[in-house]
Amino acid sequence: MSTDNNRLYESMGDKVLRYVTLLMAILVVILMIWIGWQMFSSSQESIQHFGWAFITSRVWDPVHHIFGALPFIYGTIVTSVVALIIAAPIGISVAIFLNEMAPSTIRKVVAFLVELLAAIPSVVYGLWGIFVLAPVLRQSVEPWLTKWFGFIPWFKGAPVGFDMFGGGIILAIMILPTITSISREVMAAVPTAHREAALALGATKWEMIRLSVLSYSKSGILGSIMLGLGRALGETMAVTMVIGNMPKISSSLFSSAYSMAAVIANEFTEATYSLYLSSCIEIGLILFGITLLLNIFARLLVWSVARGPKGGHLV
Amino acid sequence: MGQSLSIRQLEAWYGTNQTLKGINMEIAANQVTAIIGPSGCGKSTFVRCINRMHETLPGSKVKGEIILNGESIYGQDPVSLRKTVGMVFQKPNPFPSMTIFENVVAGVKLNGMRNRQNLQTIAEKSLRMAALWDEVKDRLNYSGMSLSGGQQQRLCIARALAVEPSVLLMDEPASALDPIATMRIEELVGQLKSEYTIVIVTHNMQQAARIADTTAFFLNGELVEHGPTSEIFTNPRDKRTEDYITGRFG
Repeated sequence: MSTDNNRLYESMGDKVLRYVTLLMAILVVILMIWIGWQMFSSSQESIQHFGWAFITSRVWDPVHHIFGALPFIYGTIVTSVVALIIAAPIGISVAIFLNEMAPSTIRKVVAFLVELLAAIPSVVYGLWGIFVLAPVLRQSVEPWLTKWFGFIPWFKGAPVGFDMFGGGIILAIMILPTITSISREVMAAVPTAHREAALALGATKWEMIRLSVLSYSKSGILGSIMLGLGRALGETMAVTMVIGNMPKISSSLFSSAYSMAAVIANEFTEATYSLYLSSCIEIGLILFGITLLLNIFARLLVWSVARGPKGGHLV
Repeated sequence: MGQSLSIRQLEAWYGTNQTLKGINMEIAANQVTAIIGPSGCGKSTFVRCINRMHETLPGSKVKGEIILNGESIYGQDPVSLRKTVGMVFQKPNPFPSMTIFENVVAGVKLNGMRNRQNLQTIAEKSLRMAALWDEVKDRLNYSGMSLSGGQQQRLCIARALAVEPSVLLMDEPASALDPIATMRIEELVGQLKSEYTIVIVTHNMQQAARIADTTAFFLNGELVEHGPTSEIFTNPRDKRTEDYITGRFG
């Protein structure tokens, strides 16, 4: 009832605002559905030709008209997970340091530099990966890891430098600003009252961070990691330049691989016949689907973390 | 048991602003001492100096001496000092991600107590002392945020009591609460003084008159007068105290 009353008194300007913003909101939804539908219909040929085998097959052979997406899915997921494993602890630590420990001048400078990382074009990261990272990995880091941790399958094999490990590291650097700046913002939003509650009980700095800051901001931190993961899954250029671009599945991180975004970018222009093109688009569709599923999963996770104990409400 | 405090030449700054100017004061054990005064007179800063919370603010500075049970608090580790000097804040601040039970034992757990049985005993004892046990005993695993404002404040009191401090600082603990909840907090303060030394900041003079054994009047960072509550309110020695309690300013 009250909303109806309010609408009666709504001014002309507010009406215009409401409809314009509503239109924009609908546009976003339409765009999303349209992209999904377009990819789905354009990949019909390959969907009908291969069925589910497209996802489970490891063979990608344009010469013999055989296409399977598994190596790309694998490469994308492994590099993204490696990126998260490296970037999440670093990003959260940097956020804690900047927010809780650093004097304000250092905080401003470092926070600015971290955010600057996000402004570097991905092709520049790729170049840096080719000329700096890959040689270092091949000559020192990977041989060292193989020597000491070679019993773990991940670190087996002859280092090439252009591999999933390198791709993961590049991605880690690229998603670091996302994780750091969002985590820092949610930590900065923790009310002083909660920090003082812990300190007044005789908590040390770390105990205060654990009791008040992290527990209050954990859903936001989780969200920042998920955003970083989203970025890592879709990142194309830098990964293409360092991952080695070989459609194979290996348990070793020191093996060349391929990612979904990279194969679309590299082979789209060479897709000379319709099944080839359709297969490329289906890979796009799968990437779209994985990203969507991941976001739903992330939402559920954030929601379940934010719920806290019975009868409570966080944030 | 409560412990006595003696404050000597205490000065405090916040940035370049001096909020306390040479406070000398004796606070007796097992008594309720009320700190009254207009906004900005330094009364909050004063209690926040006693558990060294003032220093946690950037740009703050303290000079002078506070002696607790014969020992200077500035010679101690602030972390362990705060286990002896507990504090309850103006706005109830239970940890939002914790249950009622976890909130009460949060401080005890920081001290390394892990035994579930002991924690339960402590939680019940503290909640009983805070007069909250009967209201929450059936829902200890509910969020602390599910309680009403007054209950949350008593939860915070229970949390402070659980670490067994000897001094309890209360910074306008009832100012965010309704009259009924305020009354319960006041009753509680009266009961707690047999075990603790209580220093309570209040902007409500009737509250000070109702619960405090002695009352101190602060003005512009100075201690104007400190004496038995009845004397402060009926026969103040200083003109400024009289002006304040008769409502001529503040």
